[in-house]
Amino acid sequence: MVHPVLELKNVNKSFGPIDVLHDISLSVKAGEVLCLLGDNGAGKSTLIKTLAGVHKPSSGTIKMDGETITFDKPKDAADRGIATVHQFGGTFPLMSIGRSFFVGVEPVKKFGPFKVFDRKTANETAVKAVQSFGITRIDDGDRLIGGLSGGERQALAIARAVHFGARVLILDEPTAALGVKQASHVLRIVMEAKKRGIAVIFITHQVTHAMAVGDHFAVLIRGALAANFMRGERSREEITDLMAGGEALADLDDHMEPSSNQSAAAASLA
Amino acid sequence: MTSVTQSLPDETKKSASSAIGRLIRRPEAGSLLGMLAVFVFFSAVASNIFVQPAGFASWLNVAAEIGIVALPIGLLMIAGELDLSIGSVIPAASLIVAVISGYHGLPEIVGIGAALVFGLTVGLVNGFLVNRTGVPSLIVSIGMMFAVMGLTLGLSVLLTGSTSANIVPDAFYKSILGQFVGGMFAVTIFWWLGFIVVVAYILHVSPIGNWIYALGGDRISARNAGIPTEKLTIGLFMMSGFSAAFVGVSQAMVYQSAQVAGGQAFIFNSIMCVVIGGVLLTGGFGSVLGIVLGTITFSMVNQGIYFTSFDANLGSVIIGALLLIAVLMNDTFRQLALSYSSKKKS
Repeated sequence: MVHPVLELKNVNKSFGPIDVLHDISLSVKAGEVLCLLGDNGAGKSTLIKTLAGVHKPSSGTIKMDGETITFDKPKDAADRGIATVHQFGGTFPLMSIGRSFFVGVEPVKKFGPFKVFDRKTANETAVKAVQSFGITRIDDGDRLIGGLSGGERQALAIARAVHFGARVLILDEPTAALGVKQASHVLRIVMEAKKRGIAVIFITHQVTHAMAVGDHFAVLIRGALAANFMRGERSREEITDLMAGGEALADLDDHMEPSSNQSAAAASLA
Repeated sequence: MTSVTQSLPDETKKSASSAIGRLIRRPEAGSLLGMLAVFVFFSAVASNIFVQPAGFASWLNVAAEIGIVALPIGLLMIAGELDLSIGSVIPAASLIVAVISGYHGLPEIVGIGAALVFGLTVGLVNGFLVNRTGVPSLIVSIGMMFAVMGLTLGLSVLLTGSTSANIVPDAFYKSILGQFVGGMFAVTIFWWLGFIVVVAYILHVSPIGNWIYALGGDRISARNAGIPTEKLTIGLFMMSGFSAAFVGVSQAMVYQSAQVAGGQAFIFNSIMCVVIGGVLLTGGFGSVLGIVLGTITFSMVNQGIYFTSFDANLGSVIIGALLLIAVLMNDTFRQLALSYSSKKKS
């Protein structure tokens, strides 16, 4: 049997007396997109930080390829191929694409005792990596990150993670701040990463975006797993209702119906 | 043949316009324009001497001293830190040389070595405190400045019974650190060139430069990317301590005496040179060429005013205005750099 790339078993996390994560069991396989849905404050960011080695679980185990592991610091998780891409992608707006792509792992040429940052290789590699994800508009590695669109930054950050051997890609609300078209670019990149056999954990509260790419869905409510299901098992409305914590949204729909009928009537009168 | 000659002007025009485009997106674009404007201004209003060797020497000598300190201050600023302690490290280093090699008469190399080690130590402590306490380096280095100032004064009075000391340096040390080439160009100018080469290599050529930009861009992401941020911070502070001590040593050699006071002007002057040179005060953006141009601009105004018929105090007004204009202009150029996309080229 093939082990999931990353697996959580009965993970709890509390900060002092406050329980933030409660008995979470989840797994994601290679080439699979796990969508982690939940409202603000549901514990999504704590869960990601636990996966990325920022927090240690209070109890429960994390397994990679079936082997139990512990992360003492974010670097441990990164070394194992767990990469997190945050909402705004690149964090060095005033650095060039080539330079920021290779931060910490600069390609160098050696002239005797002198190391020379190989700008040409850096730029070419970065541009090639991001173009392989279909973002052909990026063709000059000297451009500054701050001049890219939100979608392009996400693409670059994802391309960077994949280039450096990420096996699990954690995307923290990658589409939240983006327009419709930009978001669709990012979703296409998520599909491309999946095609390359990378396990993707896609955090969002936009159900439409999750439905577009997800294979496997998990809904978090107040730190507990409220639902865990495969693609096609639930409808969009059911998921939205779950995220909002039950009936609330359905009620809201009922309230909105009459008013929209009224405005339709008003329109027909006019 | 004809087609070749016809296409040539077109080609050159195109490459010239793209060269200008590339220039205005660089961090030093604003400072280059500023320097040219200042030079043209003083060439026009100042007496002839300004454009003669003596005029050049007057601002180059000032530029060299500030420049040696401004370079590491610039690196620190790009990395998101400030170092104000240089203001007291300079006179302290001067005094160390003068006391050890002048008052006590030990060989110059001992005094110079002690002064430079002192500068490195102050930098080490600065960097260590910034890393450990998380207190902004502005505060840490102000504290350090006062501590060093007090120590210098106290120890100087204790050891020599005076707040100043004299030194008559050996001809060799006088010639490499305190001489005037051709009777007017301070030998420090050549040291400055050396510092420029070293710092330019660090920032623009070596991979460490990338770390410095990343550190100034986002410290936490830089650390997560595997950059040894703490070592880098300490190294940068040690560099500024060393450079400040070097300037102190060369001052002692030039003036053949050292005082406890003095050097405070270097704090603001070096920061102004760096900011005029296009370095972003909050870090992450800047270049060595910019810092050098900023230093030259600052020194031209500082010295040029004496070649005009204006009241010398006007120099400060010009420098103040220049600083404001420089920051505004640099913001504009930075926006241009950010908004540039290759799409526009076509």
